[in-house]
Amino acid sequence: MSTKRLIGIFAVGAATVAVIAIAGLVFSTMGTFLVKGLPNITWQLLSEAPRNNNTEGGIFPAIYGTTLLVLVMSILGVPIGTITAIYLNEYTRAGAVMPRVIRFAVNTLAGVPSIVFGLFGLGFFVQFLGVGLDKTFGNTEAIWAKPALIWASATLAALTLPVVIVSVEEALKNVPQEMREGSLALGATRWQTIWKIVLPNSTTGILTGSILAIGRSAGEVAPILFTGVVYSLPQLPDGVSSQFMHLGYHLFVLSTQSPDVDKTLPLQYATTLVLLMLTFTLNFAATFIRSRIRSKQFR
Amino acid sequence: MSKKITETKIEAKDLCVYYGAKQALHRISIDLFEREVTAFIGPSGCGKSTFLRSINRMNDLVPTARVTGNLYIDGVDIYHSSVDVVELRKRVGMVFQKSTPFPKSIYDNVAFGPRLNGITDRTELDKIVEESLINAALFDEVKDRLDSSAMGLSGGQQQRLCIARAVAVNPSILLMDEPCSALDPISTAKVEELILELKKQYTIVIVTHNMQQAARVSEYTAFFYMGHLVEYDKTRKIFTNPSKKETEDYVTGRFG
Repeated sequence: MSTKRLIGIFAVGAATVAVIAIAGLVFSTMGTFLVKGLPNITWQLLSEAPRNNNTEGGIFPAIYGTTLLVLVMSILGVPIGTITAIYLNEYTRAGAVMPRVIRFAVNTLAGVPSIVFGLFGLGFFVQFLGVGLDKTFGNTEAIWAKPALIWASATLAALTLPVVIVSVEEALKNVPQEMREGSLALGATRWQTIWKIVLPNSTTGILTGSILAIGRSAGEVAPILFTGVVYSLPQLPDGVSSQFMHLGYHLFVLSTQSPDVDKTLPLQYATTLVLLMLTFTLNFAATFIRSRIRSKQFR
Repeated sequence: MSKKITETKIEAKDLCVYYGAKQALHRISIDLFEREVTAFIGPSGCGKSTFLRSINRMNDLVPTARVTGNLYIDGVDIYHSSVDVVELRKRVGMVFQKSTPFPKSIYDNVAFGPRLNGITDRTELDKIVEESLINAALFDEVKDRLDSSAMGLSGGQQQRLCIARAVAVNPSILLMDEPCSALDPISTAKVEELILELKKQYTIVIVTHNMQQAARVSEYTAFFYMGHLVEYDKTRKIFTNPSKKETEDYVTGRFG
Protein backbone atom coordinates (compact mmCIF):
# COMPACT_ATOMS: atom_id res chain seq x y z
CA MET A 1 0.00 0.00 0.00
CA SER A 2 1.38 3.37 -0.96
CA THR A 3 2.19 6.04 1.61
CA LYS A 4 -0.25 8.42 0.00
CA ARG A 5 -3.09 6.00 0.53
CA LEU A 6 -2.06 5.36 4.10
CA ILE A 7 -2.06 9.09 4.81
CA GLY A 8 -5.50 9.33 3.22
CA ILE A 9 -6.89 6.53 5.36
CA PHE A 10 -5.30 8.04 8.45
CA ALA A 11 -6.78 11.48 7.72
CA VAL A 12 -10.27 10.10 7.25
CA GLY A 13 -9.88 8.05 10.42
CA ALA A 14 -8.72 11.05 12.45
CA ALA A 15 -11.57 13.16 11.13
CA THR A 16 -14.09 10.46 12.03
CA VAL A 17 -12.72 10.18 15.56
CA ALA A 18 -12.86 13.97 15.96
CA VAL A 19 -16.44 14.13 14.73
CA ILE A 20 -17.53 11.30 16.99
CA ALA A 21 -15.78 12.93 19.96
CA ILE A 22 -17.51 16.26 19.38
CA ALA A 23 -20.90 14.73 18.71
CA GLY A 24 -20.45 12.54 21.77
CA LEU A 25 -19.54 15.53 23.90
CA VAL A 26 -22.55 17.54 22.76
CA PHE A 27 -25.02 14.70 23.05
CA SER A 28 -23.78 13.43 26.39
CA THR A 29 -23.86 16.94 27.88
CA MET A 30 -27.23 17.75 26.40
CA GLY A 31 -28.48 14.26 27.18
CA THR A 32 -27.48 14.50 30.81
CA PHE A 33 -29.21 17.82 31.27
CA LEU A 34 -32.25 16.68 29.32
CA VAL A 35 -32.64 13.41 31.22
CA LYS A 36 -31.95 14.87 34.65
CA GLY A 37 -33.38 18.32 34.08
CA LEU A 38 -36.57 17.72 32.13
CA PRO A 39 -38.44 15.84 34.89
CA ASN A 40 -37.68 18.71 37.25
CA ILE A 41 -39.09 21.40 35.01
CA THR A 42 -42.45 21.97 36.57
CA TRP A 43 -44.90 24.80 36.60
CA GLN A 44 -43.86 25.44 40.17
CA LEU A 45 -40.23 25.83 39.09
CA LEU A 46 -41.07 28.29 36.36
CA SER A 47 -43.53 30.37 38.32
CA GLU A 48 -42.39 30.49 41.93
CA ALA A 49 -39.67 32.22 43.89
CA PRO A 50 -36.93 30.24 45.65
CA ARG A 51 -37.69 29.25 49.24
CA ASN A 52 -35.79 27.96 52.20
CA ASN A 53 -32.36 29.32 51.29
CA ASN A 54 -32.68 28.44 47.60
CA THR A 55 -33.15 24.75 48.28
CA GLU A 56 -36.84 24.68 47.40
CA GLY A 57 -39.32 26.55 45.25
CA GLY A 58 -38.73 27.82 41.75
CA ILE A 59 -36.54 30.13 39.73
CA PHE A 60 -39.07 32.61 38.40
CA PRO A 61 -37.24 35.73 39.67
CA ALA A 62 -34.09 34.54 37.90
CA ILE A 63 -35.94 33.98 34.61
CA TYR A 64 -37.62 37.36 35.00
CA GLY A 65 -34.33 39.08 35.84
CA THR A 66 -32.48 37.48 32.93
CA THR A 67 -35.22 38.46 30.47
CA LEU A 68 -35.33 42.03 31.74
CA LEU A 69 -31.54 42.24 31.63
CA VAL A 70 -31.21 41.20 27.98
CA LEU A 71 -34.15 43.40 27.02
CA VAL A 72 -32.65 46.55 28.53
CA MET A 73 -29.28 45.53 27.11
CA SER A 74 -30.77 45.35 23.60
CA ILE A 75 -32.45 48.73 23.98
CA LEU A 76 -29.12 50.25 25.00
CA GLY A 77 -26.74 48.33 22.74
CA VAL A 78 -28.52 47.77 19.43
CA PRO A 79 -29.01 51.44 18.49
CA ILE A 80 -25.40 52.29 19.35
CA GLY A 81 -24.10 49.28 17.44
CA THR A 82 -26.32 50.07 14.45
CA ILE A 83 -25.23 53.70 14.32
CA THR A 84 -21.58 52.64 14.55
CA ALA A 85 -22.06 50.16 11.71
CA ILE A 86 -23.77 52.83 9.60
CA TYR A 87 -20.91 55.21 10.24
CA LEU A 88 -18.31 52.59 9.35
CA ASN A 89 -20.07 51.32 6.26
CA GLU A 90 -21.79 54.39 4.84
CA TYR A 91 -19.84 57.43 5.90
CA THR A 92 -16.21 56.41 5.84
CA ARG A 93 -14.10 55.05 3.09
CA ALA A 94 -11.80 52.10 3.51
CA GLY A 95 -8.33 53.04 4.64
CA ALA A 96 -9.22 56.31 6.36
CA VAL A 97 -7.90 56.79 9.89
CA MET A 98 -11.14 57.07 11.86
CA PRO A 99 -12.76 53.78 10.75
CA ARG A 100 -9.50 51.96 11.31
CA VAL A 101 -9.30 53.26 14.85
CA ILE A 102 -12.92 52.26 15.48
CA ARG A 103 -12.46 48.83 13.95
CA PHE A 104 -9.38 48.28 16.07
CA ALA A 105 -11.36 49.29 19.14
CA VAL A 106 -14.23 46.97 18.24
CA ASN A 107 -11.89 44.03 17.66
CA THR A 108 -10.13 44.72 20.93
CA LEU A 109 -13.47 44.91 22.69
CA ALA A 110 -14.34 41.47 21.32
CA GLY A 111 -11.21 40.01 22.89
CA VAL A 112 -11.55 41.47 26.38
CA PRO A 113 -12.33 38.82 29.04
CA SER A 114 -15.82 39.21 30.42
CA ILE A 115 -14.69 39.62 34.01
CA VAL A 116 -12.77 42.71 32.91
CA PHE A 117 -16.04 44.06 31.53
CA GLY A 118 -17.54 43.43 34.96
CA LEU A 119 -14.85 45.47 36.64
CA PHE A 120 -15.13 48.16 33.99
CA GLY A 121 -18.88 48.32 34.60
CA LEU A 122 -18.34 48.68 38.31
CA GLY A 123 -15.73 51.38 37.86
CA PHE A 124 -17.32 53.34 35.06
CA PHE A 125 -21.08 52.89 35.35
CA VAL A 126 -21.61 52.36 39.07
CA GLN A 127 -18.86 54.41 40.62
CA PHE A 128 -18.46 57.11 37.99
CA LEU A 129 -21.80 57.56 36.18
CA GLY A 130 -23.89 56.46 39.17
CA VAL A 131 -22.15 58.69 41.64
CA GLY A 132 -22.27 61.54 39.14
CA LEU A 133 -26.02 61.09 38.62
CA ASP A 134 -26.72 61.03 42.35
CA LYS A 135 -24.68 64.19 42.83
CA THR A 136 -26.41 65.93 39.93
CA PHE A 137 -29.87 65.14 41.26
CA GLY A 138 -28.82 65.83 44.83
CA ASN A 139 -29.85 62.40 46.11
CA THR A 140 -28.94 61.95 49.75
CA GLU A 141 -28.97 58.17 49.58
CA ALA A 142 -27.47 56.21 46.72
CA ILE A 143 -30.09 55.59 44.03
CA TRP A 144 -27.84 55.21 41.00
CA ALA A 145 -24.50 54.75 42.71
CA LYS A 146 -25.05 51.08 43.43
CA PRO A 147 -25.18 47.92 41.33
CA ALA A 148 -28.42 47.97 39.34
CA LEU A 149 -30.20 46.44 36.37
CA ILE A 150 -29.35 49.43 34.18
CA TRP A 151 -25.62 49.21 34.89
CA ALA A 152 -25.52 45.44 34.36
CA SER A 153 -27.39 45.92 31.08
CA ALA A 154 -25.03 48.69 30.00
CA THR A 155 -22.02 46.50 30.78
CA LEU A 156 -23.48 43.64 28.74
CA ALA A 157 -24.29 46.08 25.94
CA ALA A 158 -20.62 47.08 25.82
CA LEU A 159 -19.65 43.40 25.81
CA THR A 160 -21.94 42.55 22.90
CA LEU A 161 -21.32 45.70 20.85
CA PRO A 162 -18.89 43.92 18.48
CA VAL A 163 -21.49 41.24 17.70
CA VAL A 164 -24.11 43.85 16.82
CA ILE A 165 -21.72 45.97 14.77
CA VAL A 166 -20.48 43.02 12.72
CA SER A 167 -24.00 41.69 11.99
CA VAL A 168 -25.38 45.08 11.01
CA GLU A 169 -22.35 45.85 8.85
CA GLU A 170 -22.79 42.55 7.06
CA ALA A 171 -26.42 43.44 6.36
CA LEU A 172 -25.46 46.91 5.13
CA LYS A 173 -22.85 45.44 2.81
CA ASN A 174 -25.57 43.16 1.42
CA VAL A 175 -27.45 46.18 0.07
CA PRO A 176 -26.19 46.59 -3.51
CA GLN A 177 -24.26 49.76 -4.26
CA GLU A 178 -26.46 50.32 -7.34
CA MET A 179 -29.43 50.75 -5.06
CA ARG A 180 -27.72 53.57 -3.20
CA GLU A 181 -26.75 55.18 -6.49
CA GLY A 182 -30.31 54.82 -7.76
CA SER A 183 -31.56 56.70 -4.75
CA LEU A 184 -28.86 59.37 -4.83
CA ALA A 185 -29.46 59.91 -8.55
CA LEU A 186 -33.07 60.76 -7.74
CA GLY A 187 -31.89 63.60 -5.56
CA ALA A 188 -31.97 61.84 -2.22
CA THR A 189 -29.43 63.02 0.32
CA ARG A 190 -27.05 60.53 1.80
CA TRP A 191 -29.05 60.33 4.99
CA GLN A 192 -32.36 59.92 3.10
CA THR A 193 -30.77 57.08 1.17
CA ILE A 194 -29.67 55.38 4.37
CA TRP A 195 -32.99 55.95 6.09
CA LYS A 196 -35.30 55.00 3.23
CA ILE A 197 -33.33 52.47 1.22
CA VAL A 198 -30.40 51.01 3.14
CA LEU A 199 -31.88 50.57 6.61
CA PRO A 200 -35.24 49.06 5.55
CA ASN A 201 -33.24 46.44 3.69
CA SER A 202 -31.10 45.75 6.74
CA THR A 203 -33.76 45.24 9.39
CA THR A 204 -33.27 41.49 9.35
CA GLY A 205 -29.53 42.00 9.91
CA ILE A 206 -30.21 44.32 12.82
CA LEU A 207 -32.61 41.75 14.25
CA THR A 208 -30.03 38.97 13.83
CA GLY A 209 -27.45 41.16 15.54
CA SER A 210 -29.67 41.72 18.54
CA ILE A 211 -30.60 38.05 18.84
CA LEU A 212 -26.96 36.99 18.60
CA ALA A 213 -26.05 39.59 21.21
CA ILE A 214 -28.77 38.28 23.50
CA GLY A 215 -27.71 34.69 22.91
CA ARG A 216 -24.11 35.60 23.63
CA SER A 217 -24.89 37.51 26.79
CA ALA A 218 -27.83 35.66 28.37
CA GLY A 219 -25.53 33.20 30.10
CA GLU A 220 -22.73 35.63 30.98
CA VAL A 221 -22.24 36.00 34.71
CA ALA A 222 -18.91 37.76 35.10
CA PRO A 223 -19.96 41.15 33.65
CA ILE A 224 -22.98 41.42 35.92
CA LEU A 225 -21.30 40.09 39.02
CA PHE A 226 -20.31 43.52 40.32
CA THR A 227 -22.84 45.57 38.45
CA GLY A 228 -26.27 44.38 39.49
CA VAL A 229 -26.93 40.71 40.11
CA VAL A 230 -27.81 39.48 43.58
CA TYR A 231 -28.00 36.20 45.43
CA SER A 232 -31.64 36.43 46.33
CA LEU A 233 -34.34 39.09 46.37
CA PRO A 234 -37.46 39.49 48.44
CA GLN A 235 -39.35 40.94 45.46
CA LEU A 236 -39.02 41.32 41.71
CA PRO A 237 -37.08 44.33 40.39
CA ASP A 238 -39.41 47.28 39.95
CA GLY A 239 -37.22 49.57 37.87
CA VAL A 240 -33.88 49.92 36.12
CA SER A 241 -32.21 51.01 39.35
CA SER A 242 -33.24 47.78 41.13
CA GLN A 243 -31.04 44.78 41.54
CA PHE A 244 -32.09 41.48 40.04
CA MET A 245 -31.62 37.72 40.05
CA HIS A 246 -30.15 35.89 37.08
CA LEU A 247 -30.23 32.29 35.80
CA GLY A 248 -26.48 31.92 35.38
CA TYR A 249 -25.65 33.46 38.71
CA HIS A 250 -28.43 31.51 40.37
CA LEU A 251 -26.81 28.32 39.08
CA PHE A 252 -23.53 29.35 40.62
CA VAL A 253 -25.27 30.09 43.89
CA LEU A 254 -27.15 26.78 43.86
CA SER A 255 -24.06 24.73 43.20
CA THR A 256 -21.55 26.42 45.49
CA GLN A 257 -23.25 28.71 47.99
CA SER A 258 -26.08 26.54 49.19
CA PRO A 259 -26.07 25.03 52.70
CA ASP A 260 -27.17 21.75 51.16
CA VAL A 261 -25.80 21.35 47.65
CA ASP A 262 -27.11 17.81 47.19
CA LYS A 263 -30.63 18.94 47.92
CA THR A 264 -30.43 21.54 45.17
CA LEU A 265 -29.23 19.11 42.49
CA PRO A 266 -32.63 18.73 40.77
CA LEU A 267 -32.95 22.51 40.77
CA GLN A 268 -29.48 22.85 39.29
CA TYR A 269 -30.26 20.51 36.42
CA ALA A 270 -33.54 22.23 35.71
CA THR A 271 -32.00 25.72 35.85
CA THR A 272 -29.19 24.67 33.51
CA LEU A 273 -31.70 23.26 31.06
CA VAL A 274 -33.77 26.46 31.11
CA LEU A 275 -30.64 28.54 30.49
CA LEU A 276 -29.47 26.26 27.69
CA MET A 277 -32.88 26.28 26.05
CA LEU A 278 -32.93 30.06 26.19
CA THR A 279 -29.53 30.54 24.49
CA PHE A 280 -30.03 27.69 22.01
CA THR A 281 -33.40 29.01 20.92
CA LEU A 282 -31.99 32.48 20.42
CA ASN A 283 -28.96 31.28 18.49
CA PHE A 284 -31.12 29.05 16.35
CA ALA A 285 -33.48 31.93 15.62
CA ALA A 286 -30.54 34.12 14.60
CA THR A 287 -29.10 31.46 12.29
CA PHE A 288 -32.51 30.87 10.76
CA ILE A 289 -33.17 34.55 10.11
CA ARG A 290 -29.67 35.01 8.72
CA SER A 291 -30.04 32.16 6.25
CA ARG A 292 -33.38 33.60 5.19
CA ILE A 293 -31.80 37.00 4.47
CA ARG A 294 -29.05 35.45 2.39
CA SER A 295 -31.41 33.41 0.28
CA LYS A 296 -34.28 35.84 -0.15
CA GLN A 297 -32.89 39.34 -0.27
CA PHE A 298 -32.37 40.79 -3.73
CA ARG A 299 -32.80 37.29 -5.14
CA MET B 1 -37.09 69.13 -44.03
CA SER B 2 -37.53 71.88 -41.52
CA LYS B 3 -35.27 71.65 -38.53
CA LYS B 4 -36.14 73.18 -35.20
CA ILE B 5 -33.62 75.59 -33.76
CA THR B 6 -31.33 73.71 -31.41
CA GLU B 7 -30.33 75.29 -28.16
CA THR B 8 -27.41 74.28 -25.99
CA LYS B 9 -28.54 72.54 -22.82
CA ILE B 10 -25.28 71.15 -21.52
CA GLU B 11 -21.94 72.72 -22.23
CA ALA B 12 -18.60 71.27 -21.16
CA LYS B 13 -15.49 73.43 -21.34
CA ASP B 14 -12.09 71.83 -20.92
CA LEU B 15 -13.58 69.29 -18.54
CA CYS B 16 -10.99 66.93 -17.06
CA VAL B 17 -11.77 64.14 -14.62
CA TYR B 18 -9.11 62.34 -12.59
CA TYR B 19 -9.43 59.18 -10.53
CA GLY B 20 -6.52 59.53 -8.16
CA ALA B 21 -3.46 60.00 -10.33
CA LYS B 22 -5.12 58.59 -13.43
CA GLN B 23 -6.70 61.07 -15.81
CA ALA B 24 -9.93 59.62 -17.16
CA LEU B 25 -11.09 62.57 -19.25
CA HIS B 26 -8.88 65.01 -21.17
CA ARG B 27 -10.20 68.53 -21.74
CA ILE B 28 -13.63 67.65 -23.03
CA SER B 29 -15.42 70.54 -24.69
CA ILE B 30 -18.81 69.80 -26.11
CA ASP B 31 -22.27 71.33 -26.51
CA LEU B 32 -25.25 69.05 -26.06
CA PHE B 33 -28.54 70.29 -27.40
CA GLU B 34 -31.91 70.62 -25.76
CA ARG B 35 -34.55 68.00 -26.50
CA GLU B 36 -32.23 65.95 -28.60
CA VAL B 37 -30.82 62.50 -28.08
CA THR B 38 -27.06 62.47 -27.99
CA ALA B 39 -25.27 59.15 -28.02
CA PHE B 40 -21.83 58.56 -26.53
CA ILE B 41 -19.96 55.73 -28.17
CA GLY B 42 -16.47 54.33 -27.81
CA PRO B 43 -14.65 51.27 -26.55
CA SER B 44 -14.83 50.27 -22.87
CA GLY B 45 -12.80 52.53 -20.62
CA CYS B 46 -12.83 55.41 -23.11
CA GLY B 47 -14.40 57.81 -20.62
CA LYS B 48 -17.93 58.04 -22.00
CA SER B 49 -19.54 56.80 -18.79
CA THR B 50 -17.25 59.01 -16.75
CA PHE B 51 -18.42 62.01 -18.74
CA LEU B 52 -22.05 60.96 -18.36
CA ARG B 53 -21.61 60.64 -14.62
CA SER B 54 -20.05 64.06 -14.35
CA ILE B 55 -23.22 65.63 -15.74
CA ASN B 56 -25.16 64.77 -12.56
CA ARG B 57 -22.02 64.70 -10.41
CA MET B 58 -22.31 61.01 -9.57
CA ASN B 59 -18.53 61.00 -9.74
CA ASP B 60 -18.61 62.88 -6.45
CA LEU B 61 -19.32 59.48 -4.88
CA VAL B 62 -15.91 58.22 -5.93
CA PRO B 63 -13.64 59.43 -3.13
CA THR B 64 -10.57 59.90 -5.32
CA ALA B 65 -12.35 61.64 -8.19
CA ARG B 66 -11.32 65.20 -9.06
CA VAL B 67 -12.78 67.49 -11.71
CA THR B 68 -11.28 70.53 -13.43
CA GLY B 69 -12.76 72.73 -16.11
CA ASN B 70 -16.40 73.71 -16.35
CA LEU B 71 -19.70 72.05 -17.03
CA TYR B 72 -22.70 74.28 -17.58
CA ILE B 73 -26.32 73.25 -17.55
CA ASP B 74 -28.62 76.05 -18.74
CA GLY B 75 -25.62 78.34 -18.36
CA VAL B 76 -24.99 77.48 -14.70
CA ASP B 77 -21.64 75.96 -13.78
CA ILE B 78 -22.67 72.84 -11.87
CA TYR B 79 -19.24 72.42 -10.30
CA HIS B 80 -19.45 75.85 -8.69
CA SER B 81 -19.39 75.66 -4.90
CA SER B 82 -22.81 77.31 -4.62
CA VAL B 83 -24.52 74.48 -6.51
CA ASP B 84 -26.57 72.07 -4.40
CA VAL B 85 -25.77 68.64 -5.78
CA VAL B 86 -29.01 67.17 -4.44
CA GLU B 87 -31.03 69.77 -6.35
CA LEU B 88 -28.89 69.16 -9.42
CA ARG B 89 -29.67 65.45 -9.38
CA LYS B 90 -33.36 66.19 -9.17
CA ARG B 91 -33.08 68.07 -12.45
CA VAL B 92 -30.77 65.54 -14.10
CA GLY B 93 -32.29 62.07 -13.94
CA MET B 94 -30.27 58.94 -14.48
CA VAL B 95 -30.99 55.41 -15.66
CA PHE B 96 -28.34 52.83 -14.98
CA GLN B 97 -26.96 49.90 -16.89
CA LYS B 98 -28.26 47.47 -14.30
CA SER B 99 -31.89 48.16 -13.49
CA THR B 100 -32.06 48.98 -9.83
CA PRO B 101 -35.64 48.96 -8.62
CA PHE B 102 -35.87 49.35 -4.87
CA PRO B 103 -37.29 46.30 -3.09
CA LYS B 104 -40.57 48.12 -2.64
CA SER B 105 -43.88 48.13 -4.48
CA ILE B 106 -44.07 49.47 -8.04
CA TYR B 107 -46.02 52.45 -6.73
CA ASP B 108 -43.49 53.24 -4.01
CA ASN B 109 -40.64 53.02 -6.49
CA VAL B 110 -42.12 55.70 -8.69
CA ALA B 111 -43.31 57.77 -5.73
CA PHE B 112 -39.86 57.67 -4.12
CA GLY B 113 -38.55 60.82 -5.81
CA PRO B 114 -41.72 62.91 -5.42
CA ARG B 115 -41.89 61.93 -1.75
CA LEU B 116 -38.33 63.16 -1.29
CA ASN B 117 -39.59 66.47 -2.59
CA GLY B 118 -42.17 66.52 0.16
CA ILE B 119 -45.24 65.49 -1.82
CA THR B 120 -47.44 63.48 0.51
CA ASP B 121 -50.91 64.13 -0.88
CA ARG B 122 -52.23 60.79 -2.07
CA THR B 123 -54.21 62.09 -5.05
CA GLU B 124 -51.24 64.12 -6.26
CA LEU B 125 -48.92 61.12 -5.85
CA ASP B 126 -51.39 58.87 -7.66
CA LYS B 127 -51.41 61.30 -10.54
CA ILE B 128 -47.62 61.55 -10.73
CA VAL B 129 -47.19 57.78 -10.53
CA GLU B 130 -49.74 57.18 -13.26
CA GLU B 131 -48.30 59.84 -15.56
CA SER B 132 -44.74 58.66 -15.03
CA LEU B 133 -45.67 55.07 -15.74
CA ILE B 134 -47.55 56.14 -18.86
CA ASN B 135 -44.50 58.17 -19.93
CA ALA B 136 -42.32 55.13 -19.44
CA ALA B 137 -44.76 52.98 -21.48
CA LEU B 138 -45.24 50.68 -18.53
CA PHE B 139 -48.62 51.70 -17.15
CA ASP B 140 -50.76 49.24 -19.11
CA GLU B 141 -48.63 46.32 -18.02
CA VAL B 142 -48.65 47.10 -14.31
CA LYS B 143 -51.77 49.16 -13.62
CA ASP B 144 -53.50 46.24 -11.87
CA ARG B 145 -50.59 45.45 -9.58
CA LEU B 146 -49.12 48.76 -8.51
CA ASP B 147 -48.87 47.47 -4.95
CA SER B 148 -46.93 44.32 -5.79
CA SER B 149 -43.15 44.22 -5.51
CA ALA B 150 -41.07 45.77 -8.27
CA MET B 151 -38.66 42.86 -7.93
CA GLY B 152 -41.24 40.64 -9.60
CA LEU B 153 -41.10 42.55 -12.88
CA SER B 154 -39.14 41.30 -15.88
CA GLY B 155 -35.77 42.88 -16.71
CA GLY B 156 -37.24 45.11 -19.41
CA GLN B 157 -40.11 46.17 -17.19
CA GLN B 158 -37.69 46.93 -14.36
CA GLN B 159 -35.65 49.14 -16.66
CA ARG B 160 -38.76 51.02 -17.77
CA LEU B 161 -39.76 51.31 -14.11
CA CYS B 162 -36.39 52.96 -13.47
CA ILE B 163 -37.15 55.37 -16.30
CA ALA B 164 -40.57 56.07 -14.77
CA ARG B 165 -38.90 56.64 -11.43
CA ALA B 166 -36.46 59.08 -13.01
CA VAL B 167 -39.11 61.09 -14.87
CA ALA B 168 -41.35 61.23 -11.78
CA VAL B 169 -39.19 64.00 -10.29
CA ASN B 170 -39.68 65.96 -13.50
CA PRO B 171 -36.08 66.42 -14.59
CA SER B 172 -35.11 68.28 -17.75
CA ILE B 173 -32.25 65.95 -18.63
CA LEU B 174 -32.17 62.15 -18.69
CA LEU B 175 -28.84 60.37 -18.57
CA MET B 176 -28.83 56.75 -19.66
CA ASP B 177 -25.84 54.55 -19.00
CA GLU B 178 -26.12 51.58 -21.38
CA PRO B 179 -29.79 51.18 -20.49
CA CYS B 180 -30.36 48.22 -22.80
CA SER B 181 -27.18 46.23 -22.34
CA ALA B 182 -28.90 43.72 -20.05
CA LEU B 183 -32.14 43.50 -22.04
CA ASP B 184 -33.41 41.11 -24.68
CA PRO B 185 -34.10 42.48 -28.21
CA ILE B 186 -37.83 42.96 -27.63
CA SER B 187 -37.35 44.90 -24.41
CA THR B 188 -34.57 46.85 -26.10
CA ALA B 189 -36.91 47.83 -28.93
CA LYS B 190 -39.48 49.00 -26.38
CA VAL B 191 -36.94 51.13 -24.53
CA GLU B 192 -35.64 52.62 -27.78
CA GLU B 193 -39.16 53.48 -28.84
CA LEU B 194 -39.59 55.09 -25.46
CA ILE B 195 -36.42 57.14 -25.86
CA LEU B 196 -37.71 58.59 -29.12
CA GLU B 197 -40.95 59.46 -27.35
CA LEU B 198 -39.18 60.97 -24.33
CA LYS B 199 -36.98 63.27 -26.36
CA LYS B 200 -40.02 65.48 -26.97
CA GLN B 201 -39.77 66.49 -23.33
CA TYR B 202 -36.26 65.73 -22.22
CA THR B 203 -32.69 66.27 -23.26
CA ILE B 204 -31.35 62.73 -23.42
CA VAL B 205 -27.77 61.56 -23.25
CA ILE B 206 -27.25 57.86 -23.81
CA VAL B 207 -24.11 55.81 -23.48
CA THR B 208 -24.21 52.72 -25.66
CA HIS B 209 -22.00 49.97 -26.95
CA ASN B 210 -24.51 49.17 -29.60
CA MET B 211 -23.71 51.05 -32.79
CA GLN B 212 -27.09 50.30 -34.36
CA GLN B 213 -28.78 51.62 -31.26
CA ALA B 214 -26.87 54.89 -31.46
CA ALA B 215 -27.83 55.15 -35.12
CA ARG B 216 -31.50 54.40 -34.37
CA VAL B 217 -32.18 56.69 -31.45
CA SER B 218 -29.75 59.60 -31.59
CA GLU B 219 -29.55 62.80 -33.54
CA TYR B 220 -25.98 63.53 -32.45
CA THR B 221 -23.15 61.17 -31.63
CA ALA B 222 -19.93 61.74 -29.75
CA PHE B 223 -17.07 59.30 -30.14
CA PHE B 224 -14.74 58.96 -27.17
CA TYR B 225 -11.41 57.25 -27.23
CA MET B 226 -8.82 56.97 -24.45
CA GLY B 227 -10.40 59.79 -22.48
CA HIS B 228 -10.51 62.17 -25.41
CA LEU B 229 -13.49 63.38 -27.37
CA VAL B 230 -12.42 62.37 -30.83
CA GLU B 231 -15.38 63.44 -32.89
CA TYR B 232 -18.80 64.92 -32.29
CA ASP B 233 -21.27 65.45 -35.06
CA LYS B 234 -24.67 64.54 -36.44
CA THR B 235 -25.16 60.82 -36.01
CA ARG B 236 -25.69 60.34 -39.73
CA LYS B 237 -22.37 61.99 -40.46
CA ILE B 238 -20.51 59.98 -37.82
CA PHE B 239 -21.76 56.72 -39.24
CA THR B 240 -21.55 57.50 -42.94
CA ASN B 241 -18.79 60.00 -43.38
CA PRO B 242 -16.70 60.54 -40.23
CA SER B 243 -13.90 63.11 -40.39
CA LYS B 244 -11.47 61.17 -38.25
CA LYS B 245 -9.77 57.91 -39.03
CA GLU B 246 -10.28 56.51 -35.49
CA THR B 247 -13.99 57.15 -35.69
CA GLU B 248 -14.26 55.38 -38.98
CA ASP B 249 -12.27 52.42 -37.69
CA TYR B 250 -14.52 52.16 -34.66
CA VAL B 251 -17.91 52.52 -36.34
CA THR B 252 -16.94 50.08 -39.05
CA GLY B 253 -15.93 47.62 -36.37
CA ARG B 254 -12.26 47.52 -37.14
CA PHE B 255 -11.45 47.83 -33.44
CA GLY B 256 -13.19 48.29 -30.12
